[in-house]
Amino acid sequence: MKGYAKGILFAWAVPLAAAEPPDPARAWDALWRVYLVDAGVIFVVFAALGAWFMLRYRRRAPDEQGSAPELSRLAAVGWALVPAFAFMADDFYLAAKTWQAWNVYREVPVERLEVKLEAALWRWEFTYPNGVKSTNELRVPAGKPVLLRMTSLDVVHSYFLPDFRVKEDSMPGRVTYLWFYPRQPGEHLAVCAEFCGMMHSKMMGKVIVLPPEEFAAWYEGEARRLAAAPPKPEA
Amino acid sequence: MAFSLKEWIFTTDHKRIGVLYLVGSLAAFAAAGLMSLLMRYELHAPGPDLTANPNDYNVWLYFHGAAMILGFQIPALTGFLANYCVPLMIGARDVAFPRLNALSVWLFYAGIVLALATFVVPDPPDIMWTGYPPYSTRTAGNTAFYTFTVLLIGFSSILGGINFLTTVVYMRAPGMGWNQLNMFVWSVCAAFVIQLVFVPVLGVAVTMLAFDKYLGTHFFNPANGGDVLIYQNLFWFYSHPAVYVILLPFLGITFDILATFARNRVFNYKAAVYGGIGGVVLLSGEVWVHHLYTAGVPDWLRLGQMVSTLLISVPVGLLMISMLGTLYRGSISFRTPMLYALAVNFTFLIGGLTGIPLAMATLDLHLSDTYFVPGHFHYVMAVSGTFAIFGAIYYLYPKMTGRMYSETLGWAGFIFTFAGINLVFLPMMIAGLYGMPRRYFDFEQFPEVAGLQAFMSAGTVVILIGMLITLWSWIHGLVWGEKAPMNPWGSRSLEWTVPSPPPPGNFAAIPTLTADWHPYAYGRPGGT
Repeated sequence: MKGYAKGILFAWAVPLAAAEPPDPARAWDALWRVYLVDAGVIFVVFAALGAWFMLRYRRRAPDEQGSAPELSRLAAVGWALVPAFAFMADDFYLAAKTWQAWNVYREVPVERLEVKLEAALWRWEFTYPNGVKSTNELRVPAGKPVLLRMTSLDVVHSYFLPDFRVKEDSMPGRVTYLWFYPRQPGEHLAVCAEFCGMMHSKMMGKVIVLPPEEFAAWYEGEARRLAAAPPKPEA
Repeated sequence: MAFSLKEWIFTTDHKRIGVLYLVGSLAAFAAAGLMSLLMRYELHAPGPDLTANPNDYNVWLYFHGAAMILGFQIPALTGFLANYCVPLMIGARDVAFPRLNALSVWLFYAGIVLALATFVVPDPPDIMWTGYPPYSTRTAGNTAFYTFTVLLIGFSSILGGINFLTTVVYMRAPGMGWNQLNMFVWSVCAAFVIQLVFVPVLGVAVTMLAFDKYLGTHFFNPANGGDVLIYQNLFWFYSHPAVYVILLPFLGITFDILATFARNRVFNYKAAVYGGIGGVVLLSGEVWVHHLYTAGVPDWLRLGQMVSTLLISVPVGLLMISMLGTLYRGSISFRTPMLYALAVNFTFLIGGLTGIPLAMATLDLHLSDTYFVPGHFHYVMAVSGTFAIFGAIYYLYPKMTGRMYSETLGWAGFIFTFAGINLVFLPMMIAGLYGMPRRYFDFEQFPEVAGLQAFMSAGTVVILIGMLITLWSWIHGLVWGEKAPMNPWGSRSLEWTVPSPPPPGNFAAIPTLTADWHPYAYGRPGGT
């Protein structure tokens, strides 16, 4: 919590793209802190003013009237333009910060593992470059960016990895992509985020991040098994 | 005066049509609210609770969303409030086309009946209020009910739009200039301009959906050259502006309540009207892609509409400043309508600020379709809009019924409701940050949000208590309320210069207004 508070205080000073190598999850977390500071300031200003006005200007006599004077023409224009430009400046600042992080999300590192993902009611089908297939469970090596090229066999789904802060819809007739950076071995939840009918809430899978050598052993073992017993071509 | 059902059904009086809209939309609100109780009971603990069939839950959720938006908020604001207030506020005897007005309320009731049929047909629609294909064209659920509900209510809305724009343009009291309109009248005009431009697009989208499902066309079927994203674009091209169809009138009536109970002018009226309301109308059609940030549309489109979406903060910021400024040096009386109007300022502030990360495309890649989204839009639209409608009901209660409500009951209902919505919708956004996706029947894969889910379900009970007290306060006032005077709030606006309740034809003589008359001319000599 203390580190978190410090993060909020000094978020303005942290350049977003400085995380080396680029990682969408880290870019997201940094951008979220920028947002929290921004929205926090606006909230405090408006809420404090509102609370003060409610207290200060409560009615003291039954026939009392408000006493605010009409704005002069200059004041009226000023009260329109100054806030408008202040909000615009804030919008462009947030847009610029978002764009930096957006580039991290959309520019996929060249050194990567590329996996094809086909979503279907209600499962995820993965196909690795060497033809190995798996359902719902995606095994990846730690320390290597993973690119998913996605489509759907039936309705619209959305592959969502909360731990990696990424999601993108998979749709029939279209190919989309996302990438994430699994740094440490471990297991992460994958869920469907686009309503897809009865078992939508049960459409889930796992990303299993393995140490590189363990992954290589699994990957090659599966490939050998595939070569020994190739799947029969469909009739 | 004896009660005659026939006179109510065939009425062309704008006030009675307004009350018909109110009754119908409150019925939709009650039914849709009941669905939220079922859902919150289902979600209070992991695993199946109330039903073991996820389809039941999906139907509740479909009905909750579709009925709250199409059956409650839009008709309550642009049906009930617009009908009741606009002719009175502009000093007219009725709307321009009273019979068209009757037709639009009948269409609305037909739409409500069709929506309620969800509960009796064997294959109810289960496609959420968004109805995305190909799911909606493949499901065994009855998508046609969705299509025809939308078409009926949309048609009703188009008729209303023509009617009210004509009324405001041609039927203002002699001497009433455009800068002397109530904020609510301006906001209704803006909302109907948006409706007239965008409703046809929604009509096209849901019609294509029904064609695809029942007539074998392929608009959205990629296997035959269609594209699933066409629907999403068409749908949100209407449905984001639809948010402003709700937003503008609820802010408009909030302005009127704030000015009346602070006995103060609206701060920087022209900036709020032309910059605020006008700005929202101008930007409303250029922001829909923020609903498609995760749908794989081109990067330039996503980033471009991110900027236009963020820029909505400019007109909305002007409106916020104007609302707060209306309190400055006012004389604030904390009657029940004012409590709701002040609460709108609070919930709308939270809702607006939590909209920013959803506009920031990159943050949305994590937040989209999680609980953060329903948390945000309940604050910014559902709760703010409903509070404004409830505030308006209390505000107009003496005018509509000729009786006063009980202030104690009004306060009590407000306190429970206000506490309850914060207990539900703040935790909802936190659950979204954990990654909990929306539209989930169950959440066993997210053990970390179990506490929040239970908390939200408890909060719903607090809201329910508030709602019951509120409903009771309305019934109580009807039966035991004191007789209301013509102008119990000391308002300067024209609707308070006629008897409570107003007779048919409203004004004994149409008022003639001078150039220094203003609905918000408090505390200065020129005001009448």
